[in-house]
Amino acid sequence: MSNTDFVLAVEDLTVSFDGFKAIDKLSLYVDKNELRVIIGPNGAGKTTLLDLICGKTRASHGSIKFKNHEMTKMAEYRIVRAGIGRKFQTPSIYENLSVFKNLEVSFPRGRSVFGALAFKCDEPVKERVRTVADEIGLGTQLQTEAGLLSHGQKQWLEIGMLLMQDPELLMLDEPIAGMSVRERELTAELLQRICKGRSVIVIEHDMDFVKQIAHKVTVMHQGKILAEGSMEQVQSDPKVIDVYLGH
Amino acid sequence: MTGFRTWLMRSGMGGVLLLAILLALVFPLVLDIFRLNLVGKYLSYAFVALGLVMLWGWGGVLSLGQGVFFGLGGYGMAMFLKLEASDPITTKIQSTPGIPDFMDWNQLTALPAWWEPFRSFPLALALLLTVPTLLAFVIGFAMFKRRVGGVYFAIITQAVALILTVLIIGQQGYTGGVNGMTDLKTLMGWDTRTDHAKYILYFINVALLILAIIVCTWIQKSKLGTLLLAMRDKEDRVRFSGYDVANFRIFAFCLAALLAAVGGAMFTLQVGFMSPSLVGIVPSIEMVIFAAVGGRMSLVGAVYGSLLVNYGKTYFSESFPDLWLFLMAGLFLGVVLGFPDGLAGVYMNRIRPWVIARFSGRKAAEPIVASAQPMHRADPPPTSEASLPPGIQGQRI
Repeated sequence: MSNTDFVLAVEDLTVSFDGFKAIDKLSLYVDKNELRVIIGPNGAGKTTLLDLICGKTRASHGSIKFKNHEMTKMAEYRIVRAGIGRKFQTPSIYENLSVFKNLEVSFPRGRSVFGALAFKCDEPVKERVRTVADEIGLGTQLQTEAGLLSHGQKQWLEIGMLLMQDPELLMLDEPIAGMSVRERELTAELLQRICKGRSVIVIEHDMDFVKQIAHKVTVMHQGKILAEGSMEQVQSDPKVIDVYLGH
Repeated sequence: MTGFRTWLMRSGMGGVLLLAILLALVFPLVLDIFRLNLVGKYLSYAFVALGLVMLWGWGGVLSLGQGVFFGLGGYGMAMFLKLEASDPITTKIQSTPGIPDFMDWNQLTALPAWWEPFRSFPLALALLLTVPTLLAFVIGFAMFKRRVGGVYFAIITQAVALILTVLIIGQQGYTGGVNGMTDLKTLMGWDTRTDHAKYILYFINVALLILAIIVCTWIQKSKLGTLLLAMRDKEDRVRFSGYDVANFRIFAFCLAALLAAVGGAMFTLQVGFMSPSLVGIVPSIEMVIFAAVGGRMSLVGAVYGSLLVNYGKTYFSESFPDLWLFLMAGLFLGVVLGFPDGLAGVYMNRIRPWVIARFSGRKAAEPIVASAQPMHRADPPPTSEASLPPGIQGQRI
């Protein structure tokens, strides 16, 4: 595979589960500072694609290059350390810990066993926690137990935990699922702010939300890419209307 | 004095201080040496329970084979003591004087090479601590790197306990077989069977135990402790935050093994023998019961759990020789069903809030952040615009 200027270059990617190809010879390129939204009907392979990029699932074939480094054989924690952050579909936070602790644990220092033993929560760490907490709107709730937050706040907290690591590529799986209208607006603004200086991939179903945030939209269907382009282009594509938007 | 009190409250060291006073002051004054020696025996099990609090309570990994590490520590100490007790003069009636009696009975004519290091006390001490820790590292590495966990891990550790028991019993000539190693007399010329020695060993045990609690508390308060809790509940989130989850579990397992080995060595010293009946599956499960009854999230609780269950065992077996196993089972089931967080949970959730409410009306009980089960809580409030924090409100266009 050739080297590219893209932050993320997925080429010829295939994964099969017992013969069923969840991702089928897929190629995808994401630019710097881009906010890419992936849409597609249920079972199109959107979440599987994110799983493959972050190493949760292993590819049967093909390559995933992040800043021209091959990721397909790397351990998950190394992929994260290389600069890829992943948010899961359901809020995945440490419910029994405070908001502050949730963010502090995500700070990228003291990641080895003995590093963690020696880790001190010094002023730069606290400063970073406060900055991120303000960004995600939880600045006044640092001492709240995370399990007591509302659903939307939990989603923001998980995004905040990723921001603590300052990843170059951020992947969000349905970040607004279950959010109120107001929370959706706030999340859209949050995403637009955080995609500066990094690339973001978002999986989403809500078309209004997609229109609001997307720079470029990729439509997936049966493990393949059906269409790619701006929201208008994609919406007027007859193939897309046929499989997805039409019904 | 107020500063000291706030320090006690904040660091949670109040409970440790209370335990230290009970063990180092109250028990020696109240109990005769026979009972105190029994308490010492129970406290040697408390090391294992501490390890289980770290591994099971905080790490979320249940090992049903801690007897292996307890046994290895105990056998390491027993091998040293046995060699010292088998000098050529005391053993001159044997066909090969100067080797342990059970070797002589099994027609061994020379000390096996791997017994040689146990002639030196520092070497024996180093080995009885490192061998269990290394074994835990090897097992942990093989299991956790392959993401074996939960029930499978518990079963495999149980199998290891069985294997070690079979090995010890089968290799009678090298290990003393089913009888174990008995007739241990002196530690570097110091007779460990006298009352005076038993007092000293008891205090050494208490000091080591308190030290172990302090070290474990420090680990719990470090980032590593937070991570252990985090990966217990949300393993994937920790992994995808850039941590190698397996390494942290291996660490917790090695720590638990090391603590168990210290306990085993203290057991041999205080009780004066070591046998395979302390290594196998049943004692390993009993050790889990100590931690469960005491409260698997609480270090101090685990010590009380070890004391209570072992005291119950002694008391029931003395008073109701036919019924004692049923009574023990009843105690265990009652505590686990009634109080899933063990004695420590009863204290933290019921007694402490009651005391605080009773004696200082103003102060509300602190919520327990690290609990085994999530506390009951009200449904999260819906986010209304008015309740949004300033950071978010500031983003309105």
